[in-house]
Amino acid sequence: MNISAKQGERFAHAGLALLLLGLLPLALGPYWLNLVGKYLAFSFVAVGIVLAWGYCGILSLGQGVFFGFGGYAMAMFLKLEASAPELPDFMVWSSVEKLPFWWEPYSSLTVTIASIFLVPIPVAFIFAYAIFRKRVSGVYFAIVTIALSMTLVVLNIGQQGETGGANGITDFSTLLGFDIINDAGKVAIYWVEVVLLLTATTLAALLLHSRFGKLLIAVRDREDRVRFSGFDTAMIKAFIFTVSAVLSSVGGAMFALQAGLVTPSLIGAVTSVELVIYAAVGGRLSVVGAVIGALLVGFMKSYLSEHFPEIWLFFLGGMFIFVVWVLPNGLADLFRKILRVKA
Amino acid sequence: MSKISRRRFMQISGSLVAAGAIPGAGLLTKSSFAAEPIKLGLLHSLTGTIAIAEAALVEAEKMAIDEINAAGGVLGRMIDPVVADGASDWPTFAEKTKQLLQRDKVAAIVGCYTSASRKAVLPVLKQSKGLLYYPTYYEGQEEDKHVIYTSQEATQSVISAIEWMAKQQGKTFFLVGSDYIYPRTCNKIAKPTVARLGGKVVGEEYAPLGHTEFSSIINKIKAAKPDWIYSTVVGGSNVAFYKQLKAAGLDGGKQKLLSTVVSENEIDGIGKENAVGYYACMGYFQSIKSPENEKFVKAIKAKYGQDRVVGDPMECAYNSVYLWKMAVEKAKSFDVDKVTAASSGIEFSAPEGKVTVHKTNHHVSKKVRIGRARADGQFDIVHESGVIEPNPFPKL
Repeated sequence: MNISAKQGERFAHAGLALLLLGLLPLALGPYWLNLVGKYLAFSFVAVGIVLAWGYCGILSLGQGVFFGFGGYAMAMFLKLEASAPELPDFMVWSSVEKLPFWWEPYSSLTVTIASIFLVPIPVAFIFAYAIFRKRVSGVYFAIVTIALSMTLVVLNIGQQGETGGANGITDFSTLLGFDIINDAGKVAIYWVEVVLLLTATTLAALLLHSRFGKLLIAVRDREDRVRFSGFDTAMIKAFIFTVSAVLSSVGGAMFALQAGLVTPSLIGAVTSVELVIYAAVGGRLSVVGAVIGALLVGFMKSYLSEHFPEIWLFFLGGMFIFVVWVLPNGLADLFRKILRVKA
Repeated sequence: MSKISRRRFMQISGSLVAAGAIPGAGLLTKSSFAAEPIKLGLLHSLTGTIAIAEAALVEAEKMAIDEINAAGGVLGRMIDPVVADGASDWPTFAEKTKQLLQRDKVAAIVGCYTSASRKAVLPVLKQSKGLLYYPTYYEGQEEDKHVIYTSQEATQSVISAIEWMAKQQGKTFFLVGSDYIYPRTCNKIAKPTVARLGGKVVGEEYAPLGHTEFSSIINKIKAAKPDWIYSTVVGGSNVAFYKQLKAAGLDGGKQKLLSTVVSENEIDGIGKENAVGYYACMGYFQSIKSPENEKFVKAIKAKYGQDRVVGDPMECAYNSVYLWKMAVEKAKSFDVDKVTAASSGIEFSAPEGKVTVHKTNHHVSKKVRIGRARADGQFDIVHESGVIEPNPFPKL
C-alpha cells in the first residue's frame, strides 16, 4: 500500500478517533478506562510538545509548570466544594484561619475553567517572549524551563498552609454535586476528555498545515533566515510555546479529575522530562503519535510496575533506549514505514 | 513424528500425575478442601526517593506473612502477598490502591509511609471499601474508618518525651523541625506541654525539606542556650544537621538533643559517629530486652542478613500483619466491615510489648521509650513509659 503523507495523516487521525471513541470504551472496564483517562491527560501535554519541540525546535523541560497549574486550579475548585463551608482541611492543620485571597476566585467553576485556559496565555507568552527576544534558545532555554519547574516545586512545598505542601490537594469527590469518584463519574469525565483531546489534535493538525505551520518548520530549521526575511521569530516561538502551555494546563485539569488528587511532583522536573519522553516515544513529528506515545508509556508503567514491582523501571528505561535507538522519530515512524507513507 | 512411543508417553505422563497427586493428597487430608489463598496487599515505595526508608517495611511484612503461613495461615487459608510499588509518587499510590482493591481483590492492605501517600489513598479506600494498616508514626489529626494506625501518633511520643526531658535537666527548649505537617503538629503539641510543666520554649525554627545548611539555625540555638533541643528534622537533612551540630560544639554534652523521628534505620543513613550521644523517642528499639524481641530480631537477621538493623516502622509493619490476622480470626471473616469492627480491643504481644487497638479511634495504645544513641548505632534505653492511650485529636 502506497499512500501520500496527507492520506496517512488523515488515516492516523481517524484511527485515533476510532480507538478513543469506540474501541477502548467498548473493550475496557471502568478500572482500565480510568487509567486510560489518566494517560490521556498527559497526552495533551505531549501534543503541545510535538508542536513546540517537533515543529519549532523549542525543547521545554518545564511543561510540568503549566500542567501543575491546570491541575491545581481544578483541584482547588473541587477542594473548596468538598470542604465548604469550612476551610480545606490542610489549611486548618496549618493554622491558616482565612481563605487566602488567591483561592477565592476558585469557588466558581466558570472562573476556574476560564483560568485553566486563559491564565497560561499571558504567563507563558511574556516568559517565552522575553527569553526568545534575547535570542536564548536550544539547550539554554531547556535549562531555564527546568529551573523554573524546580523552583516552583520548592515554593509550593514551602507554602504548606496555602497549597497543601508536600501532600498536595486530595480528598474531593464531587463536581457541582456530581459524583466524580465512582465509575459512572469517571466514564463521563473520560468522554469530556476525549472530545477535548480530539479537538486539540484536529486544531493542531490544521495549524501545522496552515502557512503558519510552514513558518514554524522554517524557524526550527533556519531561524536566522526567517528573521532576515522580516519575521519576528521571537513572536512566532512565543506563540507556539503559549499554545503548548495552554494544552498542558488543560491536561493538568483533566489529570486532577481522573486521578482525584494533585501533588507538587506534577510540577517537578521528573514529570516535565517524562512528558518529553512520551512525545519522543510516540514521535515528535506526529500529533497522533504523541497521544499514542502517552497512552503506551502510561500503560507500560502501570503494567510493568504491577507485574515486576521491584525492577519495572529498568524495563521502562530499556524501552526508551530501544525506541530512541531503533526509531529516532518514534513509533509514528514505524507506522509510516509499514504503510509506506511517502515523506 | 517423535520417537516416543504411545506406551512410553503413557508411562511418563502417568508417573507425573502420580508424583503430582501425592503432595496434593496430603493437603486434602489436612483441610478437606484445599482453600484458596487469601490476598494481602503490601503497598510501599520500592523505587524512588522514599524507597530507602520504605522497602524494608515490605521485608518485615513478608516475614510476618511467612510466619503466619508456616503456622497454618488465617482461617485455614494461606496469605498470598501482593506487592505493589507506590514509586514515591502520591498519585501512583492512589492508582496502586485501586489496582489492589478492584483487580487483585485483596482482603486488606498494609502500606504507606509518608502522610502524603496515606492522604492520597484515603479517597480510594473509601470508594472501594478497603482497609489499610498504616505502620508509621505520624502527626495524628486523622481518624479514618478505613485505616488502622499501628504506630504512635504525635501525642504518644511528644508528650512523654517532653515530660521526661523536663525531669532530666533545665526546662528550656528549642524546637527545630523540617517544614511540613509532622514537625509543625509535634511542636503545636510540645508548646503547651512545656508550658504546663513550667518550662519555656526559647526558639522555634523550621528548615525546608531536604535542607542541608543549618548554620543560621545552629547560631540561634547557641544564642538561646536551651537545655534541650527537640528535633523533628527528617530525612537526608539530618546528616547535615547532626554533623553541623557536632562541629558547633553542641555534641549532646551540656545541651541535649532529642528527636522523635530518628530510629535505627535513620542512624544507618546519618552515620553512627554523627548520631552518638543524642536521644530518640520511639515505640520500639532493636535493643529492647524481651524474648519476643530477641526472636524477632534474630528472625529478621536470619532472613535478610546479619548486618540488618530494625527500626520502629519495621516493627510496626510486622505487627500490622498480625493485628489484621487476629482481627480476621475474631471476626471469623475477611469482610472489611466485620474485620474493622473486630479490630476494636485486639491485643498483640509485639516485639515492643503489648499493643492494643483502641476501642473506637483506630489507633493503638502502646508504650514509648527513650533511647540514647551508642557508637554502634543502637540505643541504650534510658526510659520506658507506661501504656499510653492514643489521642489523635488532642485539645491544645
